[in-house]
Amino acid sequence: MDLSSISPVLLIASVMVSATPILLAAIGEMVVEKSGVLNLGVEGMMITGAVVGFAVAVNADAPVPGFMAAALASALLALVFGVLTQLFLSNQVATGLGLTLFGLGLSALIGKPYEGMKSPTLPRLDLGPLSDLPVFGRMLFSHDAMVYLSLLLVLAVWAFLKFTRAGLILRAVGESHDAAHALGYKVVRVRLVAIAFGGACAGLGGAYLSLVRVPQWTEGMTAGAGWIALAIVVFASWRAGRVAIGAYLFGGVTVLQLNLQAAGAAVPVALLSASPYLITILVLVIISARGAHGAPASLGRPFHASA
Amino acid sequence: MGQPLLSLRGLTKAYPGVIANDDVSFEIGEGEIHALLGENGAGKSTLVKMIYGLVQPDAGEMTMRAAPFSPSEPAEARRSGVAMVFQHFSLFDALSVAENVALGMEMPPKTRDLARQIREVSEAYGLPLDPFRTVGTLSAGERQRVEIIRCLLQDPKLLIMDEPTSVLTPQEVDILFQTLRKLRSEGTSILYISHKLEEIRALCDTATILRLGKKVATCTPRDTTARELAEMMVGSSFAAPAAKATRPGEVLLEVKSLSLPAPDAFATPLRGVSLSLRAGEVLGIGGVAGNGQDELLTALSGERLAPQGTIAFKGKDVSRSGPLARRALGLLSGPEERLGHAAAPNMSLVENGVLTASRREKLVRRGFIDWPGAARFAERVIESFDVRTPSAQTAARALSGGNLQKFVIGREIMQKPEVLVVNQPTWGVDAAAAAAIRQALLDLASEGAGIVVISQDLDELMEISDRFAALNEGRLSGARPVAELDIEKIGLMMGGAHDLELVSSHA
Repeated sequence: MDLSSISPVLLIASVMVSATPILLAAIGEMVVEKSGVLNLGVEGMMITGAVVGFAVAVNADAPVPGFMAAALASALLALVFGVLTQLFLSNQVATGLGLTLFGLGLSALIGKPYEGMKSPTLPRLDLGPLSDLPVFGRMLFSHDAMVYLSLLLVLAVWAFLKFTRAGLILRAVGESHDAAHALGYKVVRVRLVAIAFGGACAGLGGAYLSLVRVPQWTEGMTAGAGWIALAIVVFASWRAGRVAIGAYLFGGVTVLQLNLQAAGAAVPVALLSASPYLITILVLVIISARGAHGAPASLGRPFHASA
Repeated sequence: MGQPLLSLRGLTKAYPGVIANDDVSFEIGEGEIHALLGENGAGKSTLVKMIYGLVQPDAGEMTMRAAPFSPSEPAEARRSGVAMVFQHFSLFDALSVAENVALGMEMPPKTRDLARQIREVSEAYGLPLDPFRTVGTLSAGERQRVEIIRCLLQDPKLLIMDEPTSVLTPQEVDILFQTLRKLRSEGTSILYISHKLEEIRALCDTATILRLGKKVATCTPRDTTARELAEMMVGSSFAAPAAKATRPGEVLLEVKSLSLPAPDAFATPLRGVSLSLRAGEVLGIGGVAGNGQDELLTALSGERLAPQGTIAFKGKDVSRSGPLARRALGLLSGPEERLGHAAAPNMSLVENGVLTASRREKLVRRGFIDWPGAARFAERVIESFDVRTPSAQTAARALSGGNLQKFVIGREIMQKPEVLVVNQPTWGVDAAAAAAIRQALLDLASEGAGIVVISQDLDELMEISDRFAALNEGRLSGARPVAELDIEKIGLMMGGAHDLELVSSHA
């Protein structure tokens, strides 16, 4: 094994790229779950975002319209889930699973003509003197805009939930929809907005996979990233900061184990491939084992205003 | 009284199958405490929901200070000066007091200013509160303060209170009444919903009585006896429970210094609980909610096993036996929460009957359920306890609270227990049904069973118990004959003044 072939600078740089799609999907899903809705369709929304983003970016020959279209398409898909579960009171678990299956199938259909093509990708941001820093410039300050946008989004979601009235109302709806309704808040409306936001985030995450991380379209390319995002939300105890830790941990171990595989580590490949899942869940379980879990009390419970 | 604050004319609201309110008219004066009285299902809730803008009337109109008043949502009602304290608290456990208050306001100030206002108002009205506590850790009385303060901060003209005293100690009720009288003297009108008649007679200026959605009468409660009020409410006279004189027999249930750690963060540990129960005796256990009532019930029923040698039933140690073994011996229980604990909401009454009665009623043979027998058992409970349900196959959650309560208590009584432990047997049940349940408990005692009634309704405990003990933070006071107690002594026992208790019982 030749560990010297692993460059720490490149490693950390690729961790940030690897973590971004999961971070985007997870922070969106966290907002959805904070409003009391369990949407298990993250995987389906991500892959829909991946294919729509890819198709639009190829046709427009620019990545930005691709990201916008991906967010829009996944938000629309999420709203289908929203209408079914919030207005027609369908079962959230079954509908979410259905959304994943639907998204996987739909993306394969849309993506067929685009297989093997190469997409326009996002340029690296030039952060001036920051990017010119030795070591840190390459590591932290020479990425594309989406990496920084995803981190800003985490910060924005944290501040929104903690400091704004709208954030308080969203948490209240997720905590007790009956009490929120009794106070006159529009439970269904709040939840639909949250669901659409979660969809848009998942779509951005998916588009990041197909436009930056890979960057091409292959069927089923999300490969469970949506499920990891869901798990991260739970094990992060519904806190924005911990969601970011979880996503970066997962991204980090993924990149590290790939590097170890390439360096020929004397560990079974199967174990290395499984390690990101195992380590992420282990660490987040240990974090959340201390102190309250903080699941929104109304999570996954259907709401109807008749009572 | 001059011009009324709010007048209701011909309010009607129908839901599929029921008319919740039928042509209801009355007036609430300025600075008046107006009682709204009625059984469960009489239409009180629907009526106040219309005033608060949660529900729109089908017909009729309201005027506030002579101006038309038809709120389409609670925010509009709040802007017009109507505030409401809900029966089942509309609070968010995971949020802080200040956040809960902010959610009930139209334009909340910054958190720091709001916290200061909360402190000021809470002290002005004698309801101290820390704005940064998490609501989930507060007692029932403190939670109610949060609701009241949330209303008071909006300077309401009309304050609606839905069954506010059901969770309070007598002392807390006194504080609440002082607050309400102070509000009245400041010109605030209060619409006070309750079915506790003595409270209404003590506090309210006027009372409107509803029955089956219609207004029966508006009267002055001070000039009316509690019995007259009750009869107007129910529509016929009903018998108050009467105990048959019994002589206490052998000791059936003996609990010796039972201590159990709290099962979760919001629960109470049991600390050295001792009691003994004789045949033919009713032991009442009072106390404010959250002082170990649920924990005591689960320890006695066998849901949580107790340390060896702490619980003996007819001389046999049952501390380590589960609920089924205890049921087989004749120690039965009925927990507080009807839906989810005492009954499985989505299962039919027949199935719910099988769940607790399978052994004693021999409804299971060689692992197979005797459905005809189970149906007969459920029918017997329904008939004996006047459970109003379309059929025995109806799902438990489709029944009204009172009817389901009659079923779950009846189900245990029909199994002829030797000891029955019940928690809040008449919670949320109307006067007539409550009287029927209490009578059934007394009848069971007179047949030689021992009964432990855990309740927060002191009137109930005084009515049916032979001896009374109080739970406070998981400690049980010594049991004393009800005849030598008055409301003040009980309040002190509930507040945990055990030394006083000891001194006087040795005297």
